[in-house]
Formats: sequence, structure tokens, C-alpha cells
Amino acid sequence: MNAVAAQTSPATASPTHAEAESLLEIRGLYKHFPLADGFLEQLHFEKGRLVRRNEQVHAINGVDLSVHRGEALCVVGESGCGKSTIARLVMGLLSPSAGDISYDGQRIDNMRGKQLLPYRQRMQMIFQNPYASLNPRMTIQQTLEEPLRFHHPNWTTPQVQDKVADVMASVGIDPEWGKRFGHEFSGGQRQRIAIARALAVDPEFIVADEPISALDVSIQAQVLNLLMDAQAERHLTYLFITHDLAVVEHFGTRVAVMYLGTVCELADTRSLFAKPKHPYTQALLSAIPRLEDDRPEHVRLSGEVPTPVHLPSGCVFHGRCPHAMERCRQEVPQLIVTDDGNQVACHAVEEGRI
Amino acid sequence: MALLEVSNLDVRFALRQGEVRALRDVSFTLDRGERLGIVGESGAGKSVAAFTLLNLIAKPGYIAGGSIRFEGNDLARMSARDLRRVRGNRISMIFQDPMMTLNPVLSIGEQMVESLKAHRRISTREARAIALHKLKQVYIPSPETRLHQYPHELSGGMRQRIIIAIALLLDPDIIVADEPTTALDVTIQAEIMTLLRELCEKHNVGLVLITHDLGVVSQMTQRTLVMYAGRVIEQGPTREIINDAQHPYTQGLLNALPQMTTPGSRLNQIPGSMPALSNTPSGCAFHPRCQYRYDASGQPRRDCLEEVPEFVTSGNCDVACHMVRDMLAKEAS
Repeated sequence: MNAVAAQTSPATASPTHAEAESLLEIRGLYKHFPLADGFLEQLHFEKGRLVRRNEQVHAINGVDLSVHRGEALCVVGESGCGKSTIARLVMGLLSPSAGDISYDGQRIDNMRGKQLLPYRQRMQMIFQNPYASLNPRMTIQQTLEEPLRFHHPNWTTPQVQDKVADVMASVGIDPEWGKRFGHEFSGGQRQRIAIARALAVDPEFIVADEPISALDVSIQAQVLNLLMDAQAERHLTYLFITHDLAVVEHFGTRVAVMYLGTVCELADTRSLFAKPKHPYTQALLSAIPRLEDDRPEHVRLSGEVPTPVHLPSGCVFHGRCPHAMERCRQEVPQLIVTDDGNQVACHAVEEGRI
Repeated sequence: MALLEVSNLDVRFALRQGEVRALRDVSFTLDRGERLGIVGESGAGKSVAAFTLLNLIAKPGYIAGGSIRFEGNDLARMSARDLRRVRGNRISMIFQDPMMTLNPVLSIGEQMVESLKAHRRISTREARAIALHKLKQVYIPSPETRLHQYPHELSGGMRQRIIIAIALLLDPDIIVADEPTTALDVTIQAEIMTLLRELCEKHNVGLVLITHDLGVVSQMTQRTLVMYAGRVIEQGPTREIINDAQHPYTQGLLNALPQMTTPGSRLNQIPGSMPALSNTPSGCAFHPRCQYRYDASGQPRRDCLEEVPEFVTSGNCDVACHMVRDMLAKEAS
């Protein structure tokens, strides 16, 4: 198992990220969702007059990210920060409002149908809730055969069945269970099946959207180990979406911290946890309930996350930031590269105030 | 005498498929102002334990045995009328989901006044004044406005703070909180937990905190109860349990946390999963997942398979494990 450690340990991750080959490139990504779909829903009665207002949820507001081959890039943030939207945009389940996504040098966000098919095989997704992501009317065997038959239409039935048996064994599911239905399994087993479905077509890139959040602690460890083993054996690249910072510290090569649809800090895991720079990252890290009793009091943030409907001006975090100044209220901070090669979007860091 | 004394509690659910034993032989005490954590994974029976404390188990569930003594009176055998005097008044409860707990058609003020007037003979004006005072205690910004607002106008963290204010409304002796922050984000969780702890300390309120998060227990409580498959398997001072857990399950649970291994290496997983309460293994319920179930010659231990382990005292902790019992016996001889 030492191989696993060597593969994923941040210590062995290449410090020269700029030179690392990037598999997925996200540039200037925006995604807005209309709050009201129809014309009638957009009408509001205000001060005795009927006005039409078309409000938008600004889920992603200018995100640049690249995922390097072989790494596990973790995207963390609280609910509503847009991390799951990123996962869905990358997988082509949503189309961006602006910006582009390229995979292996090829732009994929404007592709449709057949064009996208080869990429759908190379990129797979694992969803958060294994109770919802498995079709209740299909047996496990059918669930696992479906992607294979779809992507390899010329395979014979024995070929497909062999592959299914293979992949089931590799995630620790008894091939005998193939005849059963999803509801007959526990949450941990279901998530294994969902992972098996993703691995069945031999992808090189996996987007995992909170894959262990719905599971119990002892089961979380099992599934996380499985994901790390799969990475070592198959040289997978992960885009790992989570809100659990303890998992990030363990699993991630690099971390992108998101707040209200923007990336506020991007760093390799070790330096992020050792020395978080952005005030939001600092608050987030200090809020993890730790086992030790001698940790310092957590950084108290005032207020709560604003709604992504009316974004704050300037830095989106300024309303809760203890270091906010006039400039933060007016000017949107850009990601700047700090001396250790990491990136942070904060005026206070840039000016050397913190 | 302890403020709350639970002994040999046995809760069952009479289902069509047969009887499910949700709690077996659960005993613990809570002193005035003490904070107790109940940890376990889903299906361990911790939420049933919380509901039973207020005798809120609904059919087909029932309390089959044991007692819940609050100031000497057994809540398990109290009349509905007497129970109403305790619930919400002397012992109040905070539920898991702040979206579901508040009544959506009543304003915050109405809900608070309602529960005050249900327990005390006071005017609406007085009740509103108390409600306002409690909202200030939980640091709700502009509390006067909140009284007129409805739950849907407030964020999750704000709602949970209002629920804490309602729980404190009648100055209870005990608050039972069932996973109060599971639905919330980490920064809000940290805020709510700090608030809850400070208020309990300030007003000398006892807290029974149900959670699956060992980190939360470690930050919040003085004593901890670990549950597995409907039974308490280990209990003692929180620090001792976190630093030196005796039961193999507690050890496994702690060791499975990512922070217990160096980043990037394999996590220490416990094999298998929690058994269903309808189908708990014989003997020690943890034995199919336990690495100590074999004896020195590699044979499965008969006692783990067949006998339910009794509590033995190790340090300040009570542990229900045959292996720990043998180890202690060896040390003693």
C-alpha cells in the first residue's frame, strides 16, 4: 500500500505545478440560473405598479482552474458556493453561461451528442447520494453493464460480463450480488456500486461530487481507501468536490477554496493547511471540530453567506471579513500568485496587511 | 442524586416483520449543568435514545423496560398530563433539521409566545418581552424584527439559533440536542456549537448532545457515551475516551478519521457495516467486525460469539468488551 501513499501524498506531489501537464482547463467560467422561468413568474407587483424583473442566481462567477494529470484537485466550500455546479459543468450536465472548458487540449463545453461521446467515456462522475444515483428498477448487473454496452457496442455478452465481474471484484463487491437490486444494499455498498459503474469504462478522469458525505464515519474510510486504491492502480485524475476539510487534507493534491462562485484560494494541500492565507480559508479551517481540546478559539465570522442572487460589490467575502477595507468593497480581487507558487484572491494579502 | 437517571432502558418497535429492539439495557446519568455526548453511527440507536428521554417514542415503538428518572420521577411511567409539564419546560429538545422544526405558518414571535403561555400564566406582552430577551441571548441581529418574521424568511443558521432560543425559553434544566448542526455548514456549525456551550455553562443547563461527529463531542462535552447496535458499549470522561479509547469499536471509529493517519496514506477502516437492529449478531454485536474476536491460537472466541459483554471499569471509563475484561484481569493478577 506504500504505492498509494506515494501516489497521493502532497509531499511527493510535484512542486512545479506550472509545468505539470494539465488535463482539464477551465477558463473564465460563468454560470447563471434564471430565478424565474416563465414570463409570468418574472412579474412583480411593486409600489402599485407591475414590473418585470428577471433575476439570476450567480452560481459561478469567473472561475479559472486547471486539473493536472494524476492529481486529486479538491474543491471545498460551503453550501451555495458553486462547487457542485462546477462538477456538473465539467461533465457537460449543464452548459456554461460564459467561459470555456477544455479537456486534453480540446474544447468540450460546446460539444453535443456524438462529438462528446468519447469524452463521456474518459470522464466519469460519482454522485453524492448513492440512494438516488442507482436506478431502483435495475439489478446491479444491469446497472454495471449499461455503460459498457453503450460505450462498446461491438463487445460480445461474455466480454461485457467478464468486465463487470472484474470491476465488481476491484471495488470489493461479491459478483454474486449482481442479481440483486440497489435497495438491498447499505449506503457504503451502494457507493461502491456507483464507483464500480464509473470505473467500468476505464475512465482517466473522475469527478466525484461529495462521494462520502452521505456515509457513516467507518464507511467513509472504506470508500476513501477504495478511491485512493483506484487512483494508484489506474492512474486516475480526480476532481473531488467536498465540504469536509479533514478529507481534503488527507486526499487532495491541491485545493481550491470557493466562496460565492469564485475561487478565493488555490494552493497545494500541505501549504494550505499549514498556512492558509485568505481570511475565509482561515475561518473555514479554524471551524473544523478537532479532537484535541487545546486548539485556539475559532475565527468568528460575522453574518452569513449572502445569497448569490444579489452579489456583494467588490470582494464577495467583504461583508464577513474581519480585514475588509474600502478597496475590498469596491474592487474585485483577482487571483495573484504568491511567493510560494500558490494563488490567493485577497486585497489584504496583496497589500501585505495580513 | 443525579438530575437525570436512566437505567436499563429497553425500547422496542413492534413491526409486522417482528419486534425490533432499538435500545437494550441503556443506563446513564446526567448531573445538573453537565454536558453529555452520545455518539454512534446511523442505526446505533442514538436518536431513539434522545426521543425516549422525553418519552416521545410513538407507536409502534414502546418502552419495554427500565426507567428514566428525572428528579426522582419516572418519565417512562408518567401520565400524559404530567409529562407535558416536563417537556419543553424542564427538559427541552433541539431537533436535527431547523427547516422542519419551526411552524411555517406562525411568525417567530407567535411560536415563542405560544410555548411560554402554555407553561406559564403570563400576559402576551410579558411573553413577548421574554421572547425578545432570549433572542438577544442567542445574538440574533435586530430581534424585534425577527419576532414578526416567518421561518422561511430566515437562513438555516438563524433558524437554528431561534430554535436554541425557544429551547431556552422556559429556563429548562436539560436540553436534549439531536444532531443540532448536521444540516449546517462548518462555519455556522462552529458558531452554533460555541453558542450552545456558552449558554449551557452560563445558565447551568445540562446538555445531552447526540452526534456522529467525534470532533464535536470532543469540543462540547465532559462525558461521552458510545453506542453500537442499540447498546452502550463505552462511557466515560470525553477526554479519556478521545485520547485512550478502550473498546475496539471506539478505537476503530477514532482511527478511521482522516486526521489520525498521515495525509495520503490508507485510512484505518473498520471492515463491514453496522448491523440492522432487526438482525443484531449474537453475543457482542460488534464481533463480526472486531479484530480481537480470535484467541491466541487463532480460533474465534466463544465468549464474543455467545455472551453479551458486561461493563468493566478501566480507568474512569466503563467498557463492555470481553477482550478488555481479560486484559484487565491479567493486569490485576
